[in-house]
Amino acid sequence: MKVAIVDYGAGNIESVRNALFAAGAEPVIARDPETVLAADRLVLPGVGAAGAAAERLAVSGLRDALEDAVRRRGRPMLGICLGMELLAERLLEFGEHRGLGWLPGDVVHLRDAGVAQARVPHMGWNLVEPQGAAARFFQGPERMRTFYFCHSYTLVTPAGAAVAARATYEKPLVAAVLDGTVFATQFHPEKSQINGQNLIRAFLDWAP
Amino acid sequence: MSRIQKHRLIATLLVFNGDVVQTRRFRPTNNVGSAFTAVDFFNTWTVDEIFVLEISKDDAHRVRFEEIVEGLSRRCFVPLTVGGKIRDLDRVRTYTRAGADKIALNTGALERPALIREIAAQFGSQCVVVSIDARRNADMPSGYEAVGDRGRVPSGRDARAWAEEVVSLGAGEILLNEIEHDGDKRGYDLDLVRLISDAVSIPVVAMGGVANWDHLVDGVRQGHAHGVAAGNIFHYTEHSTKKAKEFMAAAGLPVRGTTFYKVAMPRRPAYRPF
Repeated sequence: MKVAIVDYGAGNIESVRNALFAAGAEPVIARDPETVLAADRLVLPGVGAAGAAAERLAVSGLRDALEDAVRRRGRPMLGICLGMELLAERLLEFGEHRGLGWLPGDVVHLRDAGVAQARVPHMGWNLVEPQGAAARFFQGPERMRTFYFCHSYTLVTPAGAAVAARATYEKPLVAAVLDGTVFATQFHPEKSQINGQNLIRAFLDWAP
Repeated sequence: MSRIQKHRLIATLLVFNGDVVQTRRFRPTNNVGSAFTAVDFFNTWTVDEIFVLEISKDDAHRVRFEEIVEGLSRRCFVPLTVGGKIRDLDRVRTYTRAGADKIALNTGALERPALIREIAAQFGSQCVVVSIDARRNADMPSGYEAVGDRGRVPSGRDARAWAEEVVSLGAGEILLNEIEHDGDKRGYDLDLVRLISDAVSIPVVAMGGVANWDHLVDGVRQGHAHGVAAGNIFHYTEHSTKKAKEFMAAAGLPVRGTTFYKVAMPRRPAYRPF
C-alpha cells in the first residue's frame, strides 16, 4: 500500500511522516500531481495560514490531483487540522479563500464561532466525542479519546451528517468529519501519542 | 474556565553547546546528558508537550542542535516546540523541517517585533510561541521588564506591555519565565504569571523554579497559567512526569490521564527528504 503525504509547503510534514512510520506505513512525500495520483492512500496535513495553503494547492496542480484521486477514484484520505479546514468551501482567515469545497460551509475564527471567553488558539488536549460510523476511528475507553488540538479557526458546516466527532471548547466544535472516502480531524493525531497512533492505524486499515 | 480544557504539563529541555543541561538563574549548572533519553522517558510517561530551547552563547552549535531536533521529532509523538537563535524565516523553516511543530522566539522578537507577524502569516499564529524572560524592575509600569539574550540584556520594555504587543502581532502562545526564579526551587513567580495570564487572551505557559508538584498546581490555581512547564525537576526523578500529572489530577485540575506508552521505534530507511 502506497501512502502519500501531500506536501504543499504548509508546515510540518515531518511529524506526520514520523507518526506514519511508527504506525507501520512507509509514506512517500507527494509534491506533484503524479505522486498523488499514484498513491493508494493520502494524507493531507497542514498547519499554518489558510490563504497561503489554498493558493499553493491550486497553483501546484495538487488541488486537481486530489479531486481526481479522492473524489473520482475514491482513494481514502486523512486530512489533519488545516487539511480538514481546506475541505470547506470558504476559509475566512485574513480575507476569504477558496477551499476544496468538498464540504459545504465555512471555516471561521473561533471568536466568530461563539468562543467568547476561552483562550484562543485552542491549544492542548481535549476529549473527542465520536458519533455514528466514525466510532471505528476512536476505539477504547474515554482516556483513549483525548487528542491534541492547536487551532484558531473552526469548521462551521450545515452538513451535520458529515460531522464525525465533536469536542467542547466553550462551544461544541467540529473535531472530525467523515464523508465518503475522506476522514479528517481538526486535532493532530500525529501529536497525540498512542491515541493518535491508534487513530492512524485505524485509518490505514480503513476500507471505505 | 479551567474546566473546559485540560491543563498541559510541559517538559523543557535546555540545550547548551549540544548537551542537555540544568540551569540556575539562566546559567548552566550541570550536564544531564542525552536529549533522546530524556525525551523517550517523557514520551513514555505522558508528558503533554516538549519544549527544547537552544541556550548556547553563540550560533556555533547550530548544526548539532538541528540534528538533535531531528532526532527528537522522530521519537516525540507529542507537540515539539523549538526555540533559540531565531531571527528570520529561514531558521523557522530549518526547525520545522527538522520536525518542530511550534517555534519559540525571544531575543529575535525583541530586536525586531515584526518577525512575529511574518512568521504568523507564513506558518499561522498557532506556530508562534513568544518566550518572555522577565525580571522585576520597579521602574516599569507593571513592575517587570522583558530581558533579551538569555537573560542578559534588558530590553527596556515593560513585560506586560510586551506581552500585549506580541498578541497583537499574532503570537499564539506565551512562555513565561522569571530570571531570578529559574532553577531557584521557589516555584514560579506567581505575581508575574498572573499578571501576564490575566492581561492576554492567548494561552500562557509558566516556567522556572519548580521544585515540587505543588508548584505546578500553584501555577494554574494562583497564576492562572494554562500550561505549566518544568525542566530541572524532571531529570533525576523516576516516573516524574507521570507523578506530576497524577498530583495535578489529585488536586482537582483537569489533566490528560496518564497512560503508559512505550515508544516503538520501527526500523526505517535512512532517508532525508530535504
